[in-house]
Amino acid sequence: MRTTFTQLENFGHSLKAPAYLIQPRSIEEIYSVFKQARQQGLTVTARGAGRSYNDAALNGGGIVMDFTAMDQILEWDPAAGVVRCEPGVTLEKLWQKVEPDGWWPPVVSGTMRTTLGGCLSANIHGKNNFKMGTIGEHVKEFTAVLPTGAEITCSPKKNGDLFHAMIGGYGMLGIFTSVTLQMKRIHSGLLTVDALPVQNLHRHLSALQDGAPNNDYIVGWLDTFASGSALGRGQIHAARYIHEGEDPSPQGTMKLQNQILPPRIFGVFPKSLLHYFMKPFANNLGWRMVNMAKYVASLRTHTFRQSHAAFHFLLDYVPNWERSYGRGGLIQYQSFLPKETAEAAWAELLSLSQKRSMPSYLGVTKRHRPDQFLLTHAVDGFSLALDFKVTDSTRAKMREMTFEFDKIVIAHGGRFYFAKNGETTAETALAFYGAETVAKFKKLKKRCDPNGLLESDLHRRIFG
Amino acid sequence: MTVSPNFTPSTPLNPRRHAIVVGASEGMGAALARRLAKEGFCVALVARQKEKLEALATEINQGGESLALAYPHDVSRYEEVPGLLQKIVADLGGLDTFILMAGVNYPPGGNEKYNFENDRKMVEINLIGAMAWLSPVAEMFQSAKAGQIVGIASVAGDRGRVGNPGYNTSKAGLATYLEALRNRLTRHGVNVLTVKPGFVKTEMLKAAVGPTPFAIPVEKAVDDIYKAMRQRRQSIYTPFFWQYIMLVIRHIPSFVFRRLSF
Repeated sequence: MRTTFTQLENFGHSLKAPAYLIQPRSIEEIYSVFKQARQQGLTVTARGAGRSYNDAALNGGGIVMDFTAMDQILEWDPAAGVVRCEPGVTLEKLWQKVEPDGWWPPVVSGTMRTTLGGCLSANIHGKNNFKMGTIGEHVKEFTAVLPTGAEITCSPKKNGDLFHAMIGGYGMLGIFTSVTLQMKRIHSGLLTVDALPVQNLHRHLSALQDGAPNNDYIVGWLDTFASGSALGRGQIHAARYIHEGEDPSPQGTMKLQNQILPPRIFGVFPKSLLHYFMKPFANNLGWRMVNMAKYVASLRTHTFRQSHAAFHFLLDYVPNWERSYGRGGLIQYQSFLPKETAEAAWAELLSLSQKRSMPSYLGVTKRHRPDQFLLTHAVDGFSLALDFKVTDSTRAKMREMTFEFDKIVIAHGGRFYFAKNGETTAETALAFYGAETVAKFKKLKKRCDPNGLLESDLHRRIFG
Repeated sequence: MTVSPNFTPSTPLNPRRHAIVVGASEGMGAALARRLAKEGFCVALVARQKEKLEALATEINQGGESLALAYPHDVSRYEEVPGLLQKIVADLGGLDTFILMAGVNYPPGGNEKYNFENDRKMVEINLIGAMAWLSPVAEMFQSAKAGQIVGIASVAGDRGRVGNPGYNTSKAGLATYLEALRNRLTRHGVNVLTVKPGFVKTEMLKAAVGPTPFAIPVEKAVDDIYKAMRQRRQSIYTPFFWQYIMLVIRHIPSFVFRRLSF
């Protein structure tokens, strides 16, 4: 195993932290990293694809274990739809394996570049959270190693407390070594998608709430620049699986080449270059125009069919799009609010960001339901994810603004998700998790990792 | 596990730069550490004198944010350096800037006197002690493809003079070592800044023999150094006019220079 002292970044390129990067390929090698860390008095953080918007996979000055080399699909049972994978398997590799056999991962993120180890650590959700819950709810079993040296197997029944704490535990309790997941049966490579405009925040949230029961996926785009009576306007995309028999040629639509996102626009222009051309628009005026144009284009209510990959992996549509935000990178501020208070809270957030002339450039809404995991971010309500461009001149002001956002969200009974928000303080985390949950987590941490070997910048920020 | 002291954490909207100042207990080192903290750096203070270091750390942290921590260490204990460097970088959560200030000046006590013990101490601290730190830091920065090294050489290193051969040698050696690092590291995105101060009003100046013209306050030297760091300069004299004085002195032919008494 080679150790390289490397400058690592978060996904938004807004944070840098150098660390000793090591790529283990087996459980034995994970143990030898633990040993090395103990000898050198350093801490260890697990890292998957590095797709978190914050410090979840960073450990400044410490050791970072990169799991992208442990990327084998160990078993695949196409009859039962059960797959066992190493933690470095990406969602991309997973869906490309199971989809031709008529299955699809039950929960996927907006990008397919994430690894399963990372997905479990953050307990990711998709556009079907209101229906299918988080990815953790589809884990039949996982194996993990703890800093104590123990190798454990967890399922909802076996070691249930650890199962519900390690999933969503951001790698602070142990290291996943394999994951067994149940896939979801599909009968076509396509989804039926309805697109409809919503004129304001109230209608936006009503459409999400009313649309959810009749659909398998629902997601909203929110025009972050609209204000006044149009505040919160946007477009809803609601998608349904195609039932058995409705697709005349499921074998055809499920073929990989009909799913894979085309690398070129109009067959000629490479998308990998697109982010350079987006750069001139990455300012308040440019994005105001983009948002307005998108809203105008969304006014037509229509229904169409779209491949699973194209519907889910919007973030992969333009490779390296985050680079268009320039040198300072971007942050995402996502808040989860109960359905009763979401409208009031987000009206405040959106107006505040507009008043401070630091509008978000992109807003995305989803419908959620609660789950059983210890460090859960879910609520019976909605989430709103806001992307903000970071520059040297706005950084300090924006930080103040996010603290004000936090106060508004907490006052309305909201929660946060640590794959996204990078400024949340320990105090805020305590406020929404509650003292009992934090104490419970710290007790488990003591049990699994008595000497505090596993530590990330995120861990120090929230539980430090 | 070692209990990590808590520096103010780095977040996307409050990114912290991290610096190590070796030789931070007094003089230019202490002043530069104060300045860096004021500019928002988290600073690891390294020097021999524990009490002075801790007092400085307390003073810097008065504002409420934890920006400085003290690491007592004697630069002539070379074998301690790699472990201490690793610990500091882990405590800081990264390293952007390494500043080498540690230096001593023990004149032989007159133009006719010789003092090997003093010469040896100066080379052990000013040159070998510096290399003990600079070498692992350079390796780290080269690997990370980022970083900045600031080394304090001296106008005294530009020529060998009658007054203090040992000091001249230690500073000339350091300047050459820094130049070599610059040539190695620039291609890896690392900046190496050599600072050559003239006379600065510090404790060390009191040891100097003979006239000390144009002596400047510490704060002025620190201003110059910080500005050069921001501009990622390669080499500066502070104050700037020493550049011209030394240009002349460097070109004095030997048959003249060996007859001069400074």
